Amino acid sequence: MILRLAIASLFARALTVGMTILAIALSVALFLSVEKVRTGAKASFADTISGTDLIVGARSGSVQLLLYSVFRIGNATNNVTWQSYQDIAARPEVDWIVPISLGDSHRQFRVMGTTQAFFEHYKYRQGRSLEMADGLIMDDLFDTVIGADVAATLNYRVGDPIVVAHGLASFSEHKDQPFRVSGILRKTGTPVDRTVIVSMEAIEAIHVDWQGGAQVQGQATPVDVIREMDLKPSAITAALVGVKSPLQTFRLQRAINEYSQEPLLAILPGVALQELWSIVGIAETALLAVSFMVVVTALIGMMATIFSSLNERRREMAIFRAMGARPMTILSMLVLEAMLMAALGALLGLALLYLGLFIAQPILDSAFGLWLTIDPPSLREVWVMLAVIAAGAIVSMVPALRAYRMSVADGMIVKT
Amino acid sequence: MTDAVLQLSDVEFRWMGQAGFSLRVPNLSVGKGESVLLLGESGSGKSTLLSLICGTILPTSGVVQIAGQDITKLSGGKRDRFRAEQIGVIFQQFNLLPFGTVGDNILLPLRFAPARRKRAKDATAQASNLCSALGLPSGVFNTKATALSVGQQQRVAVARALIGQPPLIIADEPTSALDANSQAAFLDLLFAQTAAHDTSLLMVSHDPRLGERFDRVIRMEDIAQIERGTP
Repeated sequence: MILRLAIASLFARALTVGMTILAIALSVALFLSVEKVRTGAKASFADTISGTDLIVGARSGSVQLLLYSVFRIGNATNNVTWQSYQDIAARPEVDWIVPISLGDSHRQFRVMGTTQAFFEHYKYRQGRSLEMADGLIMDDLFDTVIGADVAATLNYRVGDPIVVAHGLASFSEHKDQPFRVSGILRKTGTPVDRTVIVSMEAIEAIHVDWQGGAQVQGQATPVDVIREMDLKPSAITAALVGVKSPLQTFRLQRAINEYSQEPLLAILPGVALQELWSIVGIAETALLAVSFMVVVTALIGMMATIFSSLNERRREMAIFRAMGARPMTILSMLVLEAMLMAALGALLGLALLYLGLFIAQPILDSAFGLWLTIDPPSLREVWVMLAVIAAGAIVSMVPALRAYRMSVADGMIVKT
Repeated sequence: MTDAVLQLSDVEFRWMGQAGFSLRVPNLSVGKGESVLLLGESGSGKSTLLSLICGTILPTSGVVQIAGQDITKLSGGKRDRFRAEQIGVIFQQFNLLPFGTVGDNILLPLRFAPARRKRAKDATAQASNLCSALGLPSGVFNTKATALSVGQQQRVAVARALIGQPPLIIADEPTSALDANSQAAFLDLLFAQTAAHDTSLLMVSHDPRLGERFDRVIRMEDIAQIERGTP
């Protein structure tokens, strides 16, 4: 009966109570969505590459190597010679090795030269392989396989011709050697979606007439001639390596890092990802702290609402007292009321989160390549909601204690 | 008086923070089934006296006995429970929780008084009966309290005071918000019900014209002294 009366009392003040609940709901939705984006970003971050034991590149920083080789962010400061690549490939620990050659672009997307082995060995999200959504892996020298985002953004279909630009954000294009889209990859939620993949030989082919970053004046080797040429690459940007046994990973890593012919760097992708995340993680903590403060603000807003309602509810409290309610009952009723508001706010917040997820999921995916999964509430989210309800109860103790003192002082003398 | 429902003896109450300001009630008693009108001007200490009787404040000294129990000996929580069990209270006006239904309001004291709830047996049925006995429209039980007229609200307050037959009803100027005709009708109903349940009634008013309908009329100045200390 007390619960029913508390609910009825809340309904009687529907407007202010509704506003309070909405404020709590929005703050909870914000907090949960920040949490969701945070865990989603972390997961999609960690899922970018799996199954690769080592990434090898020119000696720089491990985060830098990870950024340009996997995330296609920034540029390599140096290359790895083809000779070094073959030396590593020949080592007994190596199970497979995939070369990567970066540096050119198509529109806003990076072009990556690699071998067929890339499609076989590149794994993401706990060992998932790349799959073709349409077409086939490149077969001809001027074939290209494009990521899902490339196809969607530029509206490409299998068979469409594309021209690769030299360098990044460049105006000079390899117009003489147009490519043909031979296949489109299925969406992965990794940087592969935003990559134009060609063969290692193709990278060499389009640079036949280029020297020192510029096209040689007047030189335009016909495509037929290029096809006949030996297109063995002279250098690569990086290589993904799989070892035969996990136990050999560290041995191979040390061997590569101590390679005497060329300064090289071999990194463990997982360790580098952790290192990178610890840099990004500061912003993440700051974001979480801000959204936490928003929840606190909303709860303090609720406290203010209860406070301001106390005076007009003195009569109500006097009636309860006259009917035999203890001051403690009055206190509990106010706390119960606050908990109801906080619970409704938390539930509404959760509903808002899911609504937001349904709306934002495709937008975040296409804009940032961030795929947020829509799952039932996690245990962590349930805990957050319970914590909000508990915090609501604690915060409401302040006005509730005041009501307690008021009801002791007023007794059943009704003050209007 | 052995069958007194209410007995105050040598009660003294000092207001906190106001030195030398005190209310003394040497003797006040209300017998079983008796109706007593307590007349007093505002500022005569009526409200304080009612709070003492209901146990929401404690006297500095003296005995407040209700149905044989000295409530000054009880702890705060027990006094609240005792009030719920033994006393029905009717205020001047705004008696009801505006967000509750008529039924919620009538049954509210039973929530805090298990023995009284037991006495009421089928509480909802008794509440309905009281409603019809008090001339409230049928089907009023589930109506929001605020939908009723002031006169109807006062009658609901009577039903609430009477449910579960507490031995004592305290009414604090229950007719002051009513016009003359409604006053008479209200008192008819109230007396009929208190007589039917053999309930004692202590009603406070400043209107001496009501006196002829009561068994006994007492004046605040005759039973209580207020001492005003020098500032």
